[in-house]
Amino acid sequence: MNRFLIPGAMLVLALVYPLLVQSLPVYERLGALVLLGAIGASAWNIVGGYAGQVSVGHAVFFGFGAYSAVVVYTHLGWPPIAGAPIGMALSVLLAAAIGVPTLRLSGHYFSMATIAVGELVRVLSSTSEFLGGAQGLGGPAIPRTVFDLSFLSATPFYYIFLAVLVLLLWLTWAIERGRMGYYLRAIKDSERAARSLGVSAGKYKLYAYMLSGAFTSLAGSLYLCMFGFVDPESGFGILISVKMVVMAALGGAGQLFGPLVGALILVPLEELSNSLLGGKGAGLTFVVYGAIIVIIARFLPSGLLSLLGRRKVTRAD
Amino acid sequence: MSLTLVQVIVSGLLLGAVYALFSSGLTLIWGMMNVVNFAHGDFVMLGMYSAVMVWTALGGGPFAAVPVAAMLIATLGIASYFLLVRHIMKGPMLAQILGTFGLALFLRYAAFWYFGANFKTLPDTLVGGSFVFMGLRFEGSRVLAGAMGLAITLLLHFILTRTAVGSRMLAVSEDATAAQLMGIRPQRMQALAWGMAGAATGIAGALIANFFYTSPTVGETLAILAFVTVSFGGFGSVLGALVAGLIIGVVESLSAYLVGPVYKDVIVYVLFVLVLWFRPQGLMGKA
Repeated sequence: MNRFLIPGAMLVLALVYPLLVQSLPVYERLGALVLLGAIGASAWNIVGGYAGQVSVGHAVFFGFGAYSAVVVYTHLGWPPIAGAPIGMALSVLLAAAIGVPTLRLSGHYFSMATIAVGELVRVLSSTSEFLGGAQGLGGPAIPRTVFDLSFLSATPFYYIFLAVLVLLLWLTWAIERGRMGYYLRAIKDSERAARSLGVSAGKYKLYAYMLSGAFTSLAGSLYLCMFGFVDPESGFGILISVKMVVMAALGGAGQLFGPLVGALILVPLEELSNSLLGGKGAGLTFVVYGAIIVIIARFLPSGLLSLLGRRKVTRAD
Repeated sequence: MSLTLVQVIVSGLLLGAVYALFSSGLTLIWGMMNVVNFAHGDFVMLGMYSAVMVWTALGGGPFAAVPVAAMLIATLGIASYFLLVRHIMKGPMLAQILGTFGLALFLRYAAFWYFGANFKTLPDTLVGGSFVFMGLRFEGSRVLAGAMGLAITLLLHFILTRTAVGSRMLAVSEDATAAQLMGIRPQRMQALAWGMAGAATGIAGALIANFFYTSPTVGETLAILAFVTVSFGGFGSVLGALVAGLIIGVVESLSAYLVGPVYKDVIVYVLFVLVLWFRPQGLMGKA
């Protein structure tokens, strides 16, 4: 029962958080943003953390989700959330299309290929009239039905994001404990050794990539529902990909709660420096981001949770 | 062949020589230490800003800017090696990627914060405008960049393959422990590689600044070009980077001319993915 204590307490705290900050819209919004960041980073974690395939192009899926949501509104008049399952389905197909050639590449080569694919999609999206070109597309300005998900406060989004995050973490947990989790860890440690023991490395890496892509796409659709706007930079920009990697790495890549811990630190930091420093803050935020990444890589290459992990291992002995 | 087409190919070759120069630094480090410097494009960007600063503060042209940029970026390279790269090399791969990626973000947005987001350009007159030769039109700045790019890339290749220092560096890349037993200090050689790579990258930046806009985010585009060039040419091969740089320069110019300027990046990225797919070791790399 003990191992459910901390996650359980965290869930209870997450459920009552909006009640605690009820009269403070800034904090309601912040809570929702942390959860959204955690969804993106946890989705990345499946392929980047558990399988050890460091994708720096996950914005492709995020952008697909965001654009799917806005396109069904612009071109079909549907509520944006209806685009979410379409985006997820397309992202699974896209993941297969990208993954089959690129997942053969190892280490840095895979990372570089994903950057190139990400940039390719970003450039193409900014030339596509269907996607609104460089200006991007906006969702419904005036809500028509409740399905347009236009709320006065961020709290409904908070609960939607929380539900998605809980589902995603539960799924990750199930994978981690199951056969696939063992395969992915074996591939991460040594793909050659895993193959020689009969693990179909290519197949499981691709499954992880497709699942990861689907949930990243869902994060993109949810982002669009909340913000109502997407352009090539906020959908497919390389910084979107970088944020997912950094949140997961800060908390601990390949650990269930690593991305959530990373999001809990980085999202408030980003919001704080943006609001404190105004327009100039946007640049400085990423200076801080860069410095944090360098420091993690240099001093804490396995993330913050590795500090706890070390203690746990000694206790188990 | 029409004269326009010849003009396009010649400009492509001149551009390609510069690509070769700024990619040679990346390939040198990769070949020697198996580390990818994701901040490479931002090193080029800072080389460009050094040229801009030399011009705005001192009114100096490329002949003043090139040595300044070479020294500044070489120092940056050596400092990055001792403070960061040396330590992350032993860590997991994610930490290696994150380390130089974090450095890239840091440098890019520090430049954004310090210099502002506006594009800066140097005046054409700095390198004598343009001239016509054999019916082809040349810009002085591009000819200078192309010629120096070619010369310095060849010089780098020569140092690595024909000198004692080059042999020592090669020895460290083959087997650092064995090299150490032969009386070579691996860390010193690796720091030297970062210094040489930084100098070449800084020079490339100072030369590009004469005909390309300088902005804090220009490094992102240039880094991807350098990755394409290096993976095309073969990791660790300076000569490969030269050949690949020239090919990519021509492909880019031709696709801008034949298909349209917007698609030249698209075609280069597609080329990149194709190279990684069919020949991951590149034209001249070892399998």
